[in-house]
Amino acid sequence: MSEHALWVPFFRAIVVFVYFLLVTAVLIWAERRIVARMQARLGPNRIGPFGALQTLVDGVKMFFKEDVTPAMVDRPVFVLAPLIGVIAGFLSMAVIPIGGEVTLFGETFTLVVSDLNVGVLWILAMGSIHVYSVFLAGWSSNSPYPLMGGVRASAQMISYEIAQGLAVASVVIYTGSLRVGDIVAAQSGDGLFPGMPGWNAIVLFPAFLIFTIGMVAEAGRPPFDLAEAEGELVGGFHTEYSGMKFGMFMLAEFMNVVTMSAIMVTLFFGGPSGPTFGLPDAVAWVMPMFWFFVKMSAFIFFFILLRGALPRYRYDRLMSLGWKVLVPVGLVWALVTAAIVLLEEQTVLTTEVRIGLGVAAAVLVGALLFVGAAPEDADAIPDERDPQDDAAQAPGAADRAENAEEVGT
Amino acid sequence: MSFGEQYGTLAILVIAGSVLYAIIMLLNRVMRPSVPTPQKLTTYECGVDAAGVGWSQTSIRYYVFAFLFVIFDVEALFLLPWAVIVGDLDATTPISPTFAIVAMFLFVGTLLEGLAYAWKKGVLTWE
Repeated sequence: MSEHALWVPFFRAIVVFVYFLLVTAVLIWAERRIVARMQARLGPNRIGPFGALQTLVDGVKMFFKEDVTPAMVDRPVFVLAPLIGVIAGFLSMAVIPIGGEVTLFGETFTLVVSDLNVGVLWILAMGSIHVYSVFLAGWSSNSPYPLMGGVRASAQMISYEIAQGLAVASVVIYTGSLRVGDIVAAQSGDGLFPGMPGWNAIVLFPAFLIFTIGMVAEAGRPPFDLAEAEGELVGGFHTEYSGMKFGMFMLAEFMNVVTMSAIMVTLFFGGPSGPTFGLPDAVAWVMPMFWFFVKMSAFIFFFILLRGALPRYRYDRLMSLGWKVLVPVGLVWALVTAAIVLLEEQTVLTTEVRIGLGVAAAVLVGALLFVGAAPEDADAIPDERDPQDDAAQAPGAADRAENAEEVGT
Repeated sequence: MSFGEQYGTLAILVIAGSVLYAIIMLLNRVMRPSVPTPQKLTTYECGVDAAGVGWSQTSIRYYVFAFLFVIFDVEALFLLPWAVIVGDLDATTPISPTFAIVAMFLFVGTLLEGLAYAWKKGVLTWE
């Protein structure tokens, strides 16, 4: 690929940056509206049509809030932590293409900040750096609740990072490239039969499941929002933060939801690829952007539904789910993928054999999922509430209280 | 895309992010009230006065998980370069596909054995 004019990198960086910021702002509004609807409330409805400008107004309000830095904190680290979080959030979106090729003023380029040849590793690395922000915030606050929140959150994040990394490894085995552009291109054709999309989510279904659970835990969203379990830890790692520094943590958290959805769409749902319906070239370049936005919105919506529908998971079960189910299943699935890819390479398999192999592998991995979950987690249905929150009113409060006693920490 | 363009664009993004952060923080500094009182600057402790330092002891299990994380993260790092080339191997390449897959099965198997040992020892269970 040839060098572009000097303005092109600036243009791409700024467009993608603003795009994700805007989507984040819309997400915050949409989340409040949708969760309100699920709980038979109204939600923000005063400012702008359907309250759509509420996020903007809340953002402006943040500027006028006093920023209290408690006397005991470790000041340099305390100030640095939100910055690390926000920058890691911005950087993980850098390798995600938000649209197809566009031509502007005689330059043709893809709408991505930078299609690195190690793009997938970049995504994983930025996820790891985000852990620093959470942990340093908890540590530097010099206070028990933030410390516990930070330790909990970082243990949760690193555990699920491994599972996510293994899910990504099977995508890499199947595609044969670490470059995000290649992974998107590999998914743009037909799947097993014509008309079916060649998405990795279909071929690598177990990896897709692992990645879905992993992304919710990585983003620290309900039902895995144990880092800020307000019944136990006040506000978790950002208890001592106020004013705009707190706002930056919130921004990083919500932006994480957006980038996680975008990564999911890119790795497993073909990114911006989709039918163009034979539109003329002048309009057709909009379609990839449209498809990417639709797919990403679907996952953001999924995040919001999870928050509205599921109660918080219990910490011991969260860690067992990560280590006893997702990590072993991820490892085995990566090897199964490699074996199938190599078989494919060596022999010409018929479609029936392929489907048979795929079903067999799916059954094997599914069985592992249940074996891993079975013995001590037989009752590990996500029906478990935070006992302190509502043990009193909820039906079946008695068994829940018993469960809570068994666990302790 | 050249190396310079790939990583130069990333640098632009870092700068854009930092500049935005700096502007927000500066605006906040200009517009916010600042009325610190000794009570306000105490560490949050559900109403009682904080005593001593806040760095309390935490469960040793976190330490074990940190160790396990290092092992498995390094392992994932070994898995990824292997994952890139494994699909391209065939009879003509210096390394046969069978060798590649058996080697990785042994490697991952050893690690899974370690995980099984940790599991059996009960370090993965919170009591």
